[in-house]
Amino acid sequence: MTPMQILFLITGVVILFSAVMAVSARKMIHSALWFVLALLGVAVVFAMLEASFFAVVQVLIYVGAIAILIIFGVMLTRRALEDNGKHINRATITTTVIVIFVFAGLIYSLRLWVPLLATTTPLSSDHLDVGSLGLAFTDPRQFSLPFEITSVLLLAALIGAIYIAYERKDEKK
Amino acid sequence: MIPLWWYLILSAAIFCIGLFGAITRKNSIGILISIELMLNAANINLLAFWRYLYAQQGDLRGQVFVIIIFVVAASEAAVGLAMIISAYRRKQTVIANEIDSMKG
Amino acid sequence: MNFLYDPIPFIINWLNSLMLSWGWPVDVVQVVMFVLGALLICVGAMLFTTLLIWAERKIGGRFQDRLGPNRVGPWGIFQTIADMLKIFTKEYITPAGVDKIPFNLAPVLAVAAVLSIWAVIPFSETFSGVNINIALLYIIAIGGLGEMAIILAGFGSNNKYALLGAFRAVAQLISYEVPMVIVLLIPVMFTGSMGLNDIVQAQKIPFIVLAPVACLIFFISSIAENGRAPFDLIEADSELVAGFNIEYSGLKFGMFFVADFLHAFTSAIIFTTIFLGGWQGPGVATHPILGGFYLLAKTLIVYFAMLAIRFTLPRFRIDQMMALNWKILTPLSLVTLLVTAVVDKSIPRELMAVRIGALLVANILIWLVADRLFTVYSRRHTRLVVSGPRPLARPDLKSSKEERASL
Repeated sequence: MTPMQILFLITGVVILFSAVMAVSARKMIHSALWFVLALLGVAVVFAMLEASFFAVVQVLIYVGAIAILIIFGVMLTRRALEDNGKHINRATITTTVIVIFVFAGLIYSLRLWVPLLATTTPLSSDHLDVGSLGLAFTDPRQFSLPFEITSVLLLAALIGAIYIAYERKDEKK
Repeated sequence: MIPLWWYLILSAAIFCIGLFGAITRKNSIGILISIELMLNAANINLLAFWRYLYAQQGDLRGQVFVIIIFVVAASEAAVGLAMIISAYRRKQTVIANEIDSMKG
Repeated sequence: MNFLYDPIPFIINWLNSLMLSWGWPVDVVQVVMFVLGALLICVGAMLFTTLLIWAERKIGGRFQDRLGPNRVGPWGIFQTIADMLKIFTKEYITPAGVDKIPFNLAPVLAVAAVLSIWAVIPFSETFSGVNINIALLYIIAIGGLGEMAIILAGFGSNNKYALLGAFRAVAQLISYEVPMVIVLLIPVMFTGSMGLNDIVQAQKIPFIVLAPVACLIFFISSIAENGRAPFDLIEADSELVAGFNIEYSGLKFGMFFVADFLHAFTSAIIFTTIFLGGWQGPGVATHPILGGFYLLAKTLIVYFAMLAIRFTLPRFRIDQMMALNWKILTPLSLVTLLVTAVVDKSIPRELMAVRIGALLVANILIWLVADRLFTVYSRRHTRLVVSGPRPLARPDLKSSKEERASL
């Protein structure tokens, strides 16, 4: 057990516990807060994978934007969230069985795969440079097309979100 | 050093928890949270594969996929929450079963 | 004499070799050094805050034509310490109906979010917590944690005013992050790196000369990120009583208080680092310790400007705050980014004087055009003044004006 492995186990337990709480908490706002903890744990995992850029981006986009949006949404729709009635539907037991099968299937399909036991050496510093990723995204021979497509997707999402959530004056009573 | 399969099992577990939440949750914001969890599991997988199998060769494909998933997750959250709030404004509910105007 | 020129790395090396000579493994020594460094920076920042609070109250007093604290110690300098002692002895009140974990987590997170920023600030050429190559992104991400603290406080308090404060906080902080991030791309573009030390090193000429409009936008949006006047809608005392921290008492309130002051000072440091050249100044090449003093001096000037704004401008209304962000700052920052990119790339780096001149002219042009457009816009959209009788607090009494007319 190296210190890294212990750190990984602790992070993994925290992530799994908070993920379970996030999907099963009764109050929606608690669920959102547990979700934030799970996201921070995933950021730690990214940092352990020596992808510090992605760890920071995870905190920036998920915690700083998506989670706050979700909490905002929870607060705006608060009136519907009075804690009466069941918060999960009647398919719980069936779903549990299905999910356990899916998990077992994933593990089963992985068990004979050779790179599974791969370990790796620490990366040299030039592999950690963010600049190479940026250059790859703007290079037409590499990933400039996916980059443009994602930007179009973001623009479409922006316009779509504004259009959907826009409250028209004539509809208001 | 942590072997690759630890990451894969962690990500499979997070994915299954997300799947469970996406099916069982009644609240549509809860469903959104579960989907984001599943996307995060995919991200862990992609970055782990990148780190263990491709990083030494300077191959960046894994990172590119992760960035695209970030963008997809962000736009999904924005549009999804806009739809939920819009539906809430019309029907005063965010329970997925009760938003059924399209049901024949 | 070398020690006096650059003491910090000297001390770090000495401690390192001392612990290694005790036979500790290298990993452990590294961890101990990190913990020591973090402790040092945190304690230093917190102690500095006591001085800041005094300075702010004193300067605020002078701005408002009063004396400010003047009882405890010379010029009231120990007032903050007396306040601290008082706040330590206060009772923690946890109202019934609060959500315990968010309620107690929020103040800790608020302070932690600000202190984490100090980890990446280069205090001098040779002294910074960690020199990561994505420091700017890190600072913005940590800002998100600060927002989370406010949301936790507002939600956990189970109080309408606190919740309203949290709503406003989300709206304001997320909105003002947009122009801030766009504008931060300009120094990154000049430098080719997101590391703060690289950015400072590239500033032989401070970026405020190369990008004054960007600098102004960053300044405004960092004040808004702090949630201080004129952007203190989050805790607007006349509307929300105290906003998100209304239910807090004792040390927990004190932590919000400290986080507020420290955040203002921290954003002054960031501003200095990014646009005013950080530790750059005459003589730093041979005497790196001077850099710390230059940074402090520049930061205090920026901080003073923030205080001047805080104590002179009235608070924005919430729609004005939103309009300022989305109708003025965001388009302006986009235009500035585009124009700066084009001008900067079309002139080769060797022609330094031409480059500076062209960027300055471009910025002045942007500012003139923007000013013209906003003047036209504001003339066309004058605010509707409600005609008819104004609502009175007590309709049975006539307003004093009418009374005077009737007399």
